[in-house]
Amino acid sequence: MTERSGSGSGPAHKTLEIGMALLIAAFGLVVIFGSLKAGINWGAEGPRAGFFPFYVGAAIVGASAINLWHAQRDDDGRLFAEWGQLRQVMSVVVPTAIYVGSMPFIGLYVASMVFIAWFMRWLGGYRWLTTIAIAVGMPVLTYLVFERWFLVPLPKGPLEEWLGL
Amino acid sequence: MEELANLFHGFAVALQPYNIMLMIIGITLGVIIGVLPGLGGANGVAILLPLTFSMPPTSAIIMLSCIYWGALFGGAITSILFNIPGEPWSVATTFDGYPMAQQGKPGEALTAAFTSSFVGALFAVIMITLVAPLVASFALRFGPAEKFAVYFLAFCSFVGLSKEPPFKTIAAMMMGFALAAVGLDSITGQLRLTFGVTELLNGFDFLIAVIGLFGIGEILLTMEEGLAFRGGNAAINLRVVLQTWRELPAYWMTSLRSCLIGCWMGITPAGATPASFMSYGIAKRLSRRCNNFGKGEIEGVIAPETAAHAAGTAALLPMLSLGVPGSPTAAVLLGGLLIWGLQPGPMLFVEQKEFVWGLIASMYLGNLAGLIVVLTCVPIFAAILRVPFGIIAPLILVLCAIGAYSVHNSTFDVMLMLVFGVLGYLLKKCNYPLAPLVLAIVLGDKAEEAFRQSLLGSQGSLGVFFSNGLVSTIMALGLVALFWSLIQEGYSRLRTSMA
Repeated sequence: MTERSGSGSGPAHKTLEIGMALLIAAFGLVVIFGSLKAGINWGAEGPRAGFFPFYVGAAIVGASAINLWHAQRDDDGRLFAEWGQLRQVMSVVVPTAIYVGSMPFIGLYVASMVFIAWFMRWLGGYRWLTTIAIAVGMPVLTYLVFERWFLVPLPKGPLEEWLGL
Repeated sequence: MEELANLFHGFAVALQPYNIMLMIIGITLGVIIGVLPGLGGANGVAILLPLTFSMPPTSAIIMLSCIYWGALFGGAITSILFNIPGEPWSVATTFDGYPMAQQGKPGEALTAAFTSSFVGALFAVIMITLVAPLVASFALRFGPAEKFAVYFLAFCSFVGLSKEPPFKTIAAMMMGFALAAVGLDSITGQLRLTFGVTELLNGFDFLIAVIGLFGIGEILLTMEEGLAFRGGNAAINLRVVLQTWRELPAYWMTSLRSCLIGCWMGITPAGATPASFMSYGIAKRLSRRCNNFGKGEIEGVIAPETAAHAAGTAALLPMLSLGVPGSPTAAVLLGGLLIWGLQPGPMLFVEQKEFVWGLIASMYLGNLAGLIVVLTCVPIFAAILRVPFGIIAPLILVLCAIGAYSVHNSTFDVMLMLVFGVLGYLLKKCNYPLAPLVLAIVLGDKAEEAFRQSLLGSQGSLGVFFSNGLVSTIMALGLVALFWSLIQEGYSRLRTSMA
């Protein structure tokens, strides 16, 4: 991992540090709230279910408060990442989210084929022949290795049903 | 003597043809994982763990531990040939390994790295063989308070020895504890922190977290860098290997020192990465050719590689004998043991002798097999690196999705994996360490159970953690580890004021 203060523009590292500390603190508050619901006092069976997580939540909030203080105090002008870099990251996150979201409906194999093909063609700029060879080859290999060899069932969709797999 | 007989029995188990085949497959997969950017040992083991559910536990752990050895070997290949450390513990190897390769000596550098790795691992395995049963028999006397003290020591060591800011380590670790607490409470049987979401009844599986945090997170980081590989040729032949082997005994002192550093750092559990840096630093300070370090000095390859492998292997000692893993990969292996219905810890040596000694024997054989595989197949592995990232990245992402799905056959887990992936990217960018988070997810339940049982026995008094010499000592060591950086700072201030 590298963080560089390049010449380009992008979100400040400080902003992200603060955001992250606040996000973690919010998570800590959710943990505290959930623990209170489960009970944090002493019951017939000893400390109740929320006892341990309550203090864990309190520690998260406490540590985040200190991290927030540090984040606000230390500003070295670094960038979190340049906008171009973030675009690159999002160009993977968004399609992966679509890939993962479509899996329950069209199955893992078809989703993987489309995903690999999209990735190679759009981001990698490969020729159609190479793209199709890998996009089809990988799921076929996956089927043989996982389902046939290791007997691990993977999610299937209408196509596999139609093929009788 | 009984241990020796057990070990020979272990060799008989590990030498079964099926297990030897798994060993070779494991090493090969491990090296590929080590070579590929965006895949690490912990992540590789996590992705492939579901494949082993149908195997007998001994065979499964042999294959998984061999993936681990392979990943440790694989990191050196990319460091030396391409100046890309595939694993964090290979960073120190790039300092001298890459200059050696540029000077036309990649074969020497690779042979030195692989042989040193083997020596480091062998030293640590011998140590495990001799010490683990003693530690385990000692640990059999542990009650809940002592068990919690050991967990406390492990977690405090992460805070004290981590190079990240301590409060970030604490925040990350506590998040792991909180995630581990989600779902059914094992003591009262009550649901907690699920907020009515049925998918959370079973809690967060550490495998999903590991695949997301390490696998997806690393890919996102790599995408940001727009990584491009420029591969070189890995010329390595028998003549180069033999010639380098003739040179290596001259550096026995460096090797021995690195072995000891590695073993210590592996057990404590600081891990392979600080071990490799510390070993490199000390070798540089003590070497007669210290001015040549960073310019292609073979000793600068031997020191970090030996220490990293010794640490990586030694990390399995606390996992086997106490049930506390010394590294993230050991934590994943520990999770595997739990999935196979085995209880890691001292009772393993009593109840599952065949498993433990089969694993220890496989460590000897797996490392030997690893040395042979990597020495003979370097050009093939180096060729993997010439496959562009645009092809490798989607394949890794698909593999991660398969790995996450296979854990519980649930597509919800695959979505969770992506959430953990984005979280891992953000946490890494903000310098939050991921290893304590994963360790806390794996061990959170057990640490909490020991804590609550101790309190139950003492009617709520925290004095139970200082009630006898043993538990007090472990807790005190934990507190020292927790405040280690403050102690160091205070000591150096005292020395300056005295001077």
